[in-house]
Amino acid sequence: MRKEPVKIKEKEVSARIGNFEEVVLGYSEEEALLEAGRCLQCKNPTCISGCPVGINIKKFIYEIAKEDYKAAYFTIREKNDFPSICGRVCPAEYQCRKACVLSKKGSVFASPEAINIHFLERFAGDYGAKHNLEIPIKKEKEFSKIKVAVVGSGPAGVCCAGELARAGIKVVIFESLHKSGGVLRYGIPPFRLPRDILDYEIDYLKKLGIEITLNHIIGKIKTLDELFNEGFNYIFLGLGAGVPAFLGVEGENLCNIYSVNEFLTRINLMSAYKFPEYHTPINTGKHVIVIGGGNTAMDAARCALRMQKMNGITPDTTILYRRTEVEMPARRLEIEHAKEEGIKFEFLVQPIGFNGDEKGFVKKIRCLRCRLGEPDSSGRRRPVPIEASEFEMDCDLAVVAIGLQANQVLTKVTPQLKTDKYFDVVVNPETMETSMARVFAGGDIVGGEGTVIEAMGMAKKAAMAIIKQH
Amino acid sequence: MGLLTKMKIIKKEKLAQNSGIVIIKLEISSPLLSQKAKPGQFVALMLSEQGERIPLTIVNSDPVKGTITLILQEVGLTTKLLAKLDVGDSLYSLTGPLGHATEIKNYGKVILVGGGVGIAEIYPVAKALKKIGNQVIAILGARTKEILILEKELKEVSDQLLIATDDGSYGRKGFTTDILDELLKKEKYDLVYAVGPIPMMRKVAGVTKNYNVKTIVSLNALMVDATGMCGGCRVNVAGETKFSCVDGPEFDAALVDWDTLDKRNKVYLEQEKHICKLHNL
Repeated sequence: MRKEPVKIKEKEVSARIGNFEEVVLGYSEEEALLEAGRCLQCKNPTCISGCPVGINIKKFIYEIAKEDYKAAYFTIREKNDFPSICGRVCPAEYQCRKACVLSKKGSVFASPEAINIHFLERFAGDYGAKHNLEIPIKKEKEFSKIKVAVVGSGPAGVCCAGELARAGIKVVIFESLHKSGGVLRYGIPPFRLPRDILDYEIDYLKKLGIEITLNHIIGKIKTLDELFNEGFNYIFLGLGAGVPAFLGVEGENLCNIYSVNEFLTRINLMSAYKFPEYHTPINTGKHVIVIGGGNTAMDAARCALRMQKMNGITPDTTILYRRTEVEMPARRLEIEHAKEEGIKFEFLVQPIGFNGDEKGFVKKIRCLRCRLGEPDSSGRRRPVPIEASEFEMDCDLAVVAIGLQANQVLTKVTPQLKTDKYFDVVVNPETMETSMARVFAGGDIVGGEGTVIEAMGMAKKAAMAIIKQH
Repeated sequence: MGLLTKMKIIKKEKLAQNSGIVIIKLEISSPLLSQKAKPGQFVALMLSEQGERIPLTIVNSDPVKGTITLILQEVGLTTKLLAKLDVGDSLYSLTGPLGHATEIKNYGKVILVGGGVGIAEIYPVAKALKKIGNQVIAILGARTKEILILEKELKEVSDQLLIATDDGSYGRKGFTTDILDELLKKEKYDLVYAVGPIPMMRKVAGVTKNYNVKTIVSLNALMVDATGMCGGCRVNVAGETKFSCVDGPEFDAALVDWDTLDKRNKVYLEQEKHICKLHNL
């Protein structure tokens, strides 16, 4: 049996930084067979416990190894409606792969020896999409009269909708933007999640009979009470995190300082990188600084670098992070990709202000050096600024990617909906039901900033609770 | 009204055209929005999949006809393309009503100041304030007579209507703020509400701070999603960062950092010029 993990094929760096095409190319059939063949088929597969939606990983890998890709696809779909998406964006090294017995213990994330479960999931998902495999719907008569409104078409919303629809329940999704997908669309760049894959997976929902109503901002155009009055029996809120956090330092509102949400929304949702074919503009800079250590920071930096390249500017994009590389919450693969593409990293650095020119454009960023102190509530060592360590860096475009807060558009007009001090919606963790009867919630609106698959896990739980309650 | 008729332009009127300024009025069918829209709120719209999302104030809503009315001046590519649409054409997307509605209550004596296309934005507020019993004085300003809009409509909803044009071609020669200053000098007012170009609103704030009168402005910051998600429209208000889209669009004029707003609104001037040229507009 092969011991070495099968490396995934990727586009050459030079071929990828001048465009927004997908970087990771996926396993060929031979490669997938080799990688699947490495799986030990453990008697007690620990990997499954590492999956927030409980995919039967052992089984689908076995099916791939037996060349029954169709079966593998259906095995995944029993638990996850979006294998081609999750196979691309799941931080597997913190989840299933970390739980794999082949992963060396004691690390924050999986070691390279762990089975590349996510790449195999992607292989099976893409196989299903390529062959247009349709999963049979179990329409149960008793549910045919129930209607559920799902607010938000991001990972939580679409997952909940999919679960309910497959049980035969009528679902209408309300999305505030002009396109569906939520953060999958506005947040994740096409070079990580190609738009045809996203469209395929969302179109699949329509095949299940789900209706998607765009341009409807619930809380403004309709209240939750109005949805109930229209005949919806239950409501699921997958509102997302929504509101970008800022540093709160001097000069932060200078021109060319973007929140990561704005930067990525312009590029991903509005296709500003195709300006002027698409009409939404975005600026680029000679010295781009991205602040933060999460996936969105990596995405923004890689977008910024591509924008530089596409505009004939010598790439110069730097990520500033308060801690060190180990503490970075981003997927390891994205950090590697960022490094390969020429993104520079400055660790243990904390911004304290920006300087601008007379036209109000940012020109410099001022920072302090940090050292790591005692662990904080997240268990990560806290960055402590070092006195008199101030320094400046050239910066004519900055992206602030330090986190998100709850969007209160809906919760503010719905006083019955209990929220916590972060304005996140409070739920019963067993059922995901909110303080309002028959209203459930999941994803970032109940838990700050999680991953796509964690949002899906919560949405699934809510869907099960709705089915059970009925 | 059926699904197909939503977001369709059902009436179009050119309100003004002179020396490069074109102002268009559009009535758009949107039954749900027409029931929900309140004075002071706005919509975000797109013309095509390739288009920008732009915010526009809802000037009127008619729940019986199921329509909303928008008034726009041709400024950038999107407003120029929007002005080219005809009756029967549909928008690509239309979302709203966004932002907080104006607080409509009996303040007493209210002055509304509208400059340029901003006159369209004070109209629904004037109408609502008048209806609830306020004494309403409207001051309208325009560069020249031909581009002064909604004079008749505002006359109907105000107790007194005063006009200033930059070139003196109509009403008083000078600025709305000249008239405002004179009024405030003579008498005490309970509220000033102003919408117009940034320099005008800034001047209004400068005038009213001498008279200790509450002054509200509706800001026109650049937006993308307009639902609180991107923070592109952030403004400094009393030293704090606020989002125009979800915290506003109305703010206390005395607390707004006008300089930052003015500069941030000019971030994409070059791209705007470039893309207009490409479209021969």
